[in-house]
Amino acid sequence: MATVATPAPGPSQAHATGRSRMRRILRGIARPYRQSHGVARFMLVAGTVLTTVMVITAVFAPLIAPYGFNQVADAGGERFGNHLEPGGDHIFGTTVQGLDVFSRVVWGARTAVSVVFLALLFSLFVGVLLGIIAGFVGRWLDRVLVLVMDALYTLPALLLAIVVAFLLAEYVGGGVTTAALAITAVYVPQYFRVVRAATVSAKEQTYVEAARAMGAGPVTIMGRYLLNNVVHSVPVIATLNAADAILTLAGLGFLGYGIQPTEAAEWGYDLQRAVSDAGAGIWWTGLFPGMAIVLLVLGLTLVGEGLNETMNPALRVRRLLPVVMPTRTPDQEEVAR
Amino acid sequence: MWWHVLRKAGVGLSTRTSGSLRTYLVTRLLLFIPNVLVILTIVFILMRVAPGDPVSVALGGQRPPEQIAMLREAAGYDRPIIVQYWEYIRGVLTFDLGETIVDSRDITEILITNGGATLTLTFAAVLVALVIGVPLGLVAGRRRDTPLDAGLRVFSILTYAAPVFFLGLLLQLAFGVRGLGWLPTSSQANAIMQARVSDVTNIFLVDALLAGDTEAFVDGLEHLVLPALTLGLLLSGVFMRIIRVNLVQTLRGDYVEAVRARGVSERRVVIHHAFRNAMVPFVTVLGLQIALLLGGAILTEQTFNWPGIGAQLVRYLGSRDYVAVQGIVTFFALAVVTVSLLIDIINALIDPRVRY
Repeated sequence: MATVATPAPGPSQAHATGRSRMRRILRGIARPYRQSHGVARFMLVAGTVLTTVMVITAVFAPLIAPYGFNQVADAGGERFGNHLEPGGDHIFGTTVQGLDVFSRVVWGARTAVSVVFLALLFSLFVGVLLGIIAGFVGRWLDRVLVLVMDALYTLPALLLAIVVAFLLAEYVGGGVTTAALAITAVYVPQYFRVVRAATVSAKEQTYVEAARAMGAGPVTIMGRYLLNNVVHSVPVIATLNAADAILTLAGLGFLGYGIQPTEAAEWGYDLQRAVSDAGAGIWWTGLFPGMAIVLLVLGLTLVGEGLNETMNPALRVRRLLPVVMPTRTPDQEEVAR
Repeated sequence: MWWHVLRKAGVGLSTRTSGSLRTYLVTRLLLFIPNVLVILTIVFILMRVAPGDPVSVALGGQRPPEQIAMLREAAGYDRPIIVQYWEYIRGVLTFDLGETIVDSRDITEILITNGGATLTLTFAAVLVALVIGVPLGLVAGRRRDTPLDAGLRVFSILTYAAPVFFLGLLLQLAFGVRGLGWLPTSSQANAIMQARVSDVTNIFLVDALLAGDTEAFVDGLEHLVLPALTLGLLLSGVFMRIIRVNLVQTLRGDYVEAVRARGVSERRVVIHHAFRNAMVPFVTVLGLQIALLLGGAILTEQTFNWPGIGAQLVRYLGSRDYVAVQGIVTFFALAVVTVSLLIDIINALIDPRVRY
């Protein structure tokens, strides 16, 4: 009896709750995969595989890439040839400057993944924070924020990113952080909109009223009650935005903004250099970085769409079995008459 | 807020049944003014938030200090920020966007000269997207969940996943000089043709027609094919998805069921009954795509060396000319706001449900 009433406090219990929380999180991640079926499941799995491959490439870039991203000579100091065709030491060939295309593609994955990760983190933080505050506080603060965010949302995403990158480049320089901040500016309004809308509707719920009646302050209500109920809508948008962010980053690089070539390898920049090669019939400098972009964006989009179809009840396909009436037997016909 | 007051006043003025369209249009038109003001203010703040002085950034080290001071005064950068803001708003309202710092060109003039090329490109791209996207969307929506539908969805995701400049590059490799050699990959016409046709409307194809120069017109068309296809494919995926989703939803409607029950053929159901209703939300989404279209145009122009506004923007970004960048960004922002106004009006005219 006593043992039941007062369980021994100690590391074992803490361990157990930690594990169950871990298990709950894992189950939460696995849920869409288990619940999905058909096309949605295929999209989820294929997308996850593609994305994982790219993320692994990004993480282990130093091990995978045979050369550095701006290395034009091998360890012996001998320069690589310019515009070498794919094959031999350079399986994707070399560029006009004698850079190894394969290494550039691999290092580019690292740049893309880290920029997008940072940008998502920044924009989630700012967007969710502003969204909850605007939705909860309301009044003029809400109006002003909505006006500003809507106006930012109206601007073409690429244009906004270019302008921010252009302004930051002067004072921060052209590294991963600059590119991430430029992309953040594009996606904050989207999180803001979704989170604000969710907050406004959640605010009226009984449980929030109950919390308020029990004397919870605004910070507690926002942090504990609203945040938990608002974040559900985030994963789908976040994955789809990550895909879009890759494209924005590449667009920035293509126009010569965002990441400077001396800082890191970037696929968009490589493609910009490849445009002049195309006239000379050199295809390998553009094809491989381009394919890398397509695969990563494809992977993320498939995950996002798959999640959307499994988790969004409005889109979920209900597979109803067609009802087949048995044909009447002659004596049933009799009865009917 | 005040727009609720407006709406109420509007309702109060008109009778309950008629005039709701007028109320809607008046409200929408009045909302256009704060829309424009907010977006102009944001562009202004964005361009001024950076410390330092734009003129010396653009010309630092190239000109003597006295000349920089003079240019700064000419551009108004020595005045208080609120005066600059007022000057900016007044300038925009009178279509005067100032002069570029680096080469003293009138920015409105730049927009007019290069606007024709951008207009041609975007117009052709929307055409391509409609021709490809709408039929494919109809097919995918009607044959929902068949392998054909799955294949078309992959196509639409791919058109989104491939950056426009990559697609453009692939098309250049395939159809350019070193590929099949069928189509030109740079500029909007041959230099000779461009010299031959005098600028009237600044839209090359129209100018060629006005001059009665068939050869130049055909040359212009040939130059247009690849850029328009590149930008159009990007949009076609979006169009396809919208049409597909709308058609799927419309086909679930009770009235479609009713039409089917009367024995109308499936083909007629889709074309006569579902398609029209599926097109209504499409108009709205078309308006939202203008931002995507303009962003894509900047990249396409850069890929194909197309002499449009986007190419000018990139050029002035490169020379760090704040005034020029501000002017062109303002133009893009205004274009987006104006188009969405037009789309809303068209929508209200064709769909009674919009005029709440």
